[in-house]
Amino acid sequence: MKSEYRATALDPALLVVQLLNGVQLGLLLFLVASGLTLVFGILDVINLAHGVVFMVGAYVAASTFLHSGSLLLAAAAAPIAAALLGLVLDRLVLRFLYERSHLDQVLATFGVVLFVDEAVRTLFGPAALPFPLPASLEWSLPLPGGTSYPAWRLVIIAGGLVLAAGLFGILHRTRAGMLVRAAANDARMLEMLGVDVRRLFLLVLGAGSALAGFAGALAGPIMAVQPGMGDNVLILAFVVIVTGGMGSVQGALLGALLVGLVDTLGRAFLTDLVRTLLPPAAANEVGPALASMAIYLLMAIVLLIRPQGLLSVRRAAR
Amino acid sequence: MRVLLAAKGLAKSFGAVVAAADLDLAVEAGEIHALIGPNGAGKTTVLRLLSGELRPDAGCVWLADREVTALAVHERARLGLARTFQHSSVLSSFSVLENVAVAIQAHAGSSFRFFKPASPDPRLEEPALAILERLGIEGLADRPAAALAHGERRLLELAMALACRPQVLLLDEPLAGVSNKEAQRLIGVLAALRAEMGMLLVEHDMDAVFRLADRITVLVNGRVIASGSPSAVRADPLVRSAYLGEEEEL
Amino acid sequence: MSAVRTRGGHGLAPLLFVLIALAILSAELWAGPYYLKLLSRAMILALAALALDLVVGVAGLVSLGHAAFLGVGAYTVGILAEHGITSGWIQWPIALFASAAFALVIGALSLRTRGVHFIMITLAFAQMLYYAANSLSRYGGDDGLTIWNRSEFATFFSLADRSTFAWTCFVILLLSYLLLARVVASRFGRVLRGAKDNERRMEALGYPVARFRLVAFTLSGTLAGLAGVLLANLTEFVAPAYMSWHRSGELLAMVVLGGLGSLYGAIIGAFFFVLVEEALARITTHWALVFGPFLILLVLLGRGGLVGLLENLGRR
Repeated sequence: MKSEYRATALDPALLVVQLLNGVQLGLLLFLVASGLTLVFGILDVINLAHGVVFMVGAYVAASTFLHSGSLLLAAAAAPIAAALLGLVLDRLVLRFLYERSHLDQVLATFGVVLFVDEAVRTLFGPAALPFPLPASLEWSLPLPGGTSYPAWRLVIIAGGLVLAAGLFGILHRTRAGMLVRAAANDARMLEMLGVDVRRLFLLVLGAGSALAGFAGALAGPIMAVQPGMGDNVLILAFVVIVTGGMGSVQGALLGALLVGLVDTLGRAFLTDLVRTLLPPAAANEVGPALASMAIYLLMAIVLLIRPQGLLSVRRAAR
Repeated sequence: MRVLLAAKGLAKSFGAVVAAADLDLAVEAGEIHALIGPNGAGKTTVLRLLSGELRPDAGCVWLADREVTALAVHERARLGLARTFQHSSVLSSFSVLENVAVAIQAHAGSSFRFFKPASPDPRLEEPALAILERLGIEGLADRPAAALAHGERRLLELAMALACRPQVLLLDEPLAGVSNKEAQRLIGVLAALRAEMGMLLVEHDMDAVFRLADRITVLVNGRVIASGSPSAVRADPLVRSAYLGEEEEL
Repeated sequence: MSAVRTRGGHGLAPLLFVLIALAILSAELWAGPYYLKLLSRAMILALAALALDLVVGVAGLVSLGHAAFLGVGAYTVGILAEHGITSGWIQWPIALFASAAFALVIGALSLRTRGVHFIMITLAFAQMLYYAANSLSRYGGDDGLTIWNRSEFATFFSLADRSTFAWTCFVILLLSYLLLARVVASRFGRVLRGAKDNERRMEALGYPVARFRLVAFTLSGTLAGLAGVLLANLTEFVAPAYMSWHRSGELLAMVVLGGLGSLYGAIIGAFFFVLVEEALARITTHWALVFGPFLILLVLLGRGGLVGLLENLGRR
């Protein structure tokens, strides 16, 4: 028995599939976390509502696709709707919270989460919205070793890579991007230099929301499009930010890939690994529990070694 | 005299900005050692390095005969190092008396006591009141710290530092922003405290510095350019050109 | 004044406990078991909110993961009962010890950071326990676990009786309140309050602030665990949902709703929350549509919560 499990654990073809899955999850998380980390960095605002922006992106994409049949239209509508939602939330709630305590920010944006989740449940019902892929994307790429990889997940990886590259290009090559990085580093200093930090913040919030909404559209076909789907993603994005370092987009990328890989590989192989140490019955209990905790343990280790995160641009907020 | 606080080869940079370079400094018992220099010379950074808020890139800090370079702020405070801040730092939701009592409490037995009310407790409040009396602000004892005027807050902060019964007291611009009358009072208080402890005084008011200091060290761009008795420093041509030249009169 | 209140004055607390006692009595006499259960639930959540107020209101640390300790307490009871250990003399100490241990470890890690970091990390660790509970297929996984027997205290009294249960909750809530009120007024509590006001100053005075905060966090987590023990006994059921981050957010809302840092304000907030939830749930299943905006308005417009409001009215 044991040797059989080892064989699956070490099967290189399976490992490749799981590595791809980890990268794919990591890139999705990066799209959500990058906007969030810059919003924290610039105005020190904690925004729990970023998760519902992801959810609304998925809903808009799913219903656009169901009604129009055009995936391109769905992919365009999701980020636009998400950016609008982000800016509306700023107008109605966030802008009153800049100078408030973190506790106030948490409570008010928690109120937003409760409301939007419930509004979506009221409009679309509690069940998951179907988001089938068009036949043209319902195929898998054969991989050496007898496995294959779904085309849509390759699309997610490609989309994530392109957007990440674009984001880094903007942040490092354009004037606005440099201002954003400077603001995430020290917004007060920039304000004294005469930069309109508030406008910069709106730009980042809009763009960050668009990225989260697009991530929702990408995730739609492989995740259940249902109320509350953004909550788990939000908390994973927090783990990404704490691990990678607040205010740093590089940190968000590193953190996201680490979290994606540790989570995916943990779920795929940890139980088998535990079986080599414990009797099968116990391993079947301990393995999945351990796998579900793996990313949080990663975060704990980072906190022990570098409380400010792996690539933080500043000290852990004091 | 006995050296109470010493720094050797202290260095600290923030990116390209050198805040302290190969800095040696000592405070002896019974002396007021003034640290002066133009704005941005690194004076506050030196205080933060000495108090433990910042870790130096190189060099070490000694308190009496014990190396404290790796110790945290609260550990150095327990060994007898107290400080005041450039922007007065008090507990604004507490009363004046409670501010001083909390400072006494820090050095009087354990604070891991969960049941007995902290107040009233004559073991804390009587010595606290005595310190307020010494500084002439006992009349403010029941006032909330948030309601104090700027000069009164300065005095309260000094009272809190004294309540720690420090061996060494670091003072970051204690006279900044206080009225002339209050400044005279503070100068009198500091002069009277000289016998009980060593003091490192960062101050822009040159009049006060030359009245109080037994020794002056001049810091420019993180480096010591002169150190010695007030008259020697006053006469130093390097100091005159680099720093004191800006002052109208010495 | 808030300064006076945190120094050990009980303010409205005596009146509040008298009102709760009267509510239990009238539920026993007229309103029936349903209301006894509702009151018990309110008292249990009040205990958890009270515990959270020590961390948030007194020490100034925004924990968004306190539901986890509630869950640890509840799961300890559930798992022990599943293995046939139903004696409360065994269950309760183990549950308290377990929640204290989790609070100690999570607190020690989270307190390495401040501000927004602290919020995200407490949230993340709570989510970790939530998923861990989800994957415990031996104990019901995401379906949860039914508890067939309430904790047994031999011949002394029986929690199976609804009245006894409600009065047990009342006594525990009262004792916990008195305990925490003393802690807040003690030397230890003074250090916590001072560090909330000005952490840097307290460090410079020689206080190892993080150590004090860790003790407070652990004490708070233990009391939240006790609330979990009671909740498991009330519902005769435990599920991962007990630890969901929504529950953590609701606990924070209760503390702020009542008024931060006064301790009894958290109790008022919890009762208000449970009763409003109950009333709204009768009208519509979509009560969050009302509660979400209410929370936003509370933050944007309300200052000092219900306690501040009541005290202002009393002063007029």
